[in-house]
Amino acid sequence: MADKRTTEKEVVAELRDGMTIGIGGWGSRRKPMSIIRELLRSPVRDLTVVSYGGPDVGMLKKVVYGFVSLDSIPLEPHFRAARQSGAIEAMEVDEGMLQWGLKAAAMRVSFLPCRAGLGSSVMEVNPGLKTVRSPYDESEELVAMPALPLDVALIHANRADARGNGQYLGPDWFFDDLFCMAAAKSFMSCERIVDTADLLKEGSEQTLKINRMMTDGVVEAPGGARFTSCAPDYARDEALQKEYATTPWEEFAPKWLEMS
Amino acid sequence: MTSSATRAEVCAVACAEAWRGDGEIVASPIGTVPTIGARLAALTFSPDLVLTDGDALMTAEPLPVGAPADAPRVVEGWLPFGKMFDLLWWGRRHVMMGATQVDRFGNQNIACIGPWEKPKAMLLGVRGGPGNTVNHPTSYWVPNHSPRVFVENVDFVSGVGYDRVPASAAVHEIRVVVSNLGVFDFDTPDHSMRIRSVHPGVSVDEVQEATAFPLPANGDVPETRAPTDEELRLIREVIDPQSLRDAEVKG
Repeated sequence: MADKRTTEKEVVAELRDGMTIGIGGWGSRRKPMSIIRELLRSPVRDLTVVSYGGPDVGMLKKVVYGFVSLDSIPLEPHFRAARQSGAIEAMEVDEGMLQWGLKAAAMRVSFLPCRAGLGSSVMEVNPGLKTVRSPYDESEELVAMPALPLDVALIHANRADARGNGQYLGPDWFFDDLFCMAAAKSFMSCERIVDTADLLKEGSEQTLKINRMMTDGVVEAPGGARFTSCAPDYARDEALQKEYATTPWEEFAPKWLEMS
Repeated sequence: MTSSATRAEVCAVACAEAWRGDGEIVASPIGTVPTIGARLAALTFSPDLVLTDGDALMTAEPLPVGAPADAPRVVEGWLPFGKMFDLLWWGRRHVMMGATQVDRFGNQNIACIGPWEKPKAMLLGVRGGPGNTVNHPTSYWVPNHSPRVFVENVDFVSGVGYDRVPASAAVHEIRVVVSNLGVFDFDTPDHSMRIRSVHPGVSVDEVQEATAFPLPANGDVPETRAPTDEELRLIREVIDPQSLRDAEVKG
């Protein structure tokens, strides 16, 4: 049986300039921050990031998002600054369209029909978006949400085993399974690696949302989602998040990047 | 006799009224006063409403707003975001969202101010506005009614209004817009916004001055109904004992 244990450094070594990276979690919840920190230390640049966005969308070429929020701080100041200065490219879609794009990639089809987006400005600022007419009901015209295939997905779980099975113990696994299935390669950090036989000690079968076919590497990273939340292991570090949100990035980054 | 209702309490009841008659669907309030409203509706005239803890759990009894994450609760169901997205397609939901801008046809903007390509102010992003408005009823809550919010044209259409309804919308209904000054609906021949009621102490002129487009009224504008004594008790003692509503609406 393959042992998929690896490190943040080795995960980041798989990334190349210009790749499209999907990041799991939601807002400022269960983001794989220790991998993102290693990514920021690396020379890799010009990434496109697909995300239910929180503090994981800095230093990019392009962001594909439905929203970007720090939850307890509703608007993400660094993201706002980057958008307002025109420093990054953006693809903004409804959060359900984002799910559909990932699902299409996971299903290996080029699009999925979607009602969300019709009538909104999303159709105007994404001129590449097309609509499709139902072959069964000509009056039904829907958005053809294109697949959002990822080069790499990065997610963070509560528990995992060395084989790459992942477990969520919090109330919501968000769309982490879809991110993995939409990606050519997926890497999962976790709070703790446990023996496979111990996975069901902390949660039911239904908490085993990530199976080993979905992952290529597992990083044991206790506290690896900080400062975002990782229920039930820990809550958001509101003090550190506030510091992140209120400090110029050039000042915050050196300090944060030194944290292990 | 309870003391007279504050503006925030009038607003909470006006928000509750948005869900009257909705039956067994999920009420998704965004913001403190809409959350008080949804929970009040469930405790009074809309007992079949399905409520959540604002996260992934359906709660059998309304929680107080601002309850800590570990506060005891009776869980009756599970609604993580993926399930909520399925439910949205299914239509069994009525959301009350915020609006940084809303126009006379009920188009809503929470994405950005200024041109999208390089916004003057980047906001949240469209979030679920486009999908909500073509899948199930949507209402809006504006705690700071001003001409900068009630605008002639929104800078970006997140939630779809009555002049842009796509033919393939499953349903399209902007039920009401509740603000700190009054209640507004689209019950006009061309589905443009009108004043349904003004809150006690607010004049129609005041509302018009705070709105960048003309607001017709059908005849005499009634006052928004006052909370009952029982509603005030529920708001003050059960749903919002910390008075978080006063931070959202002054006066």
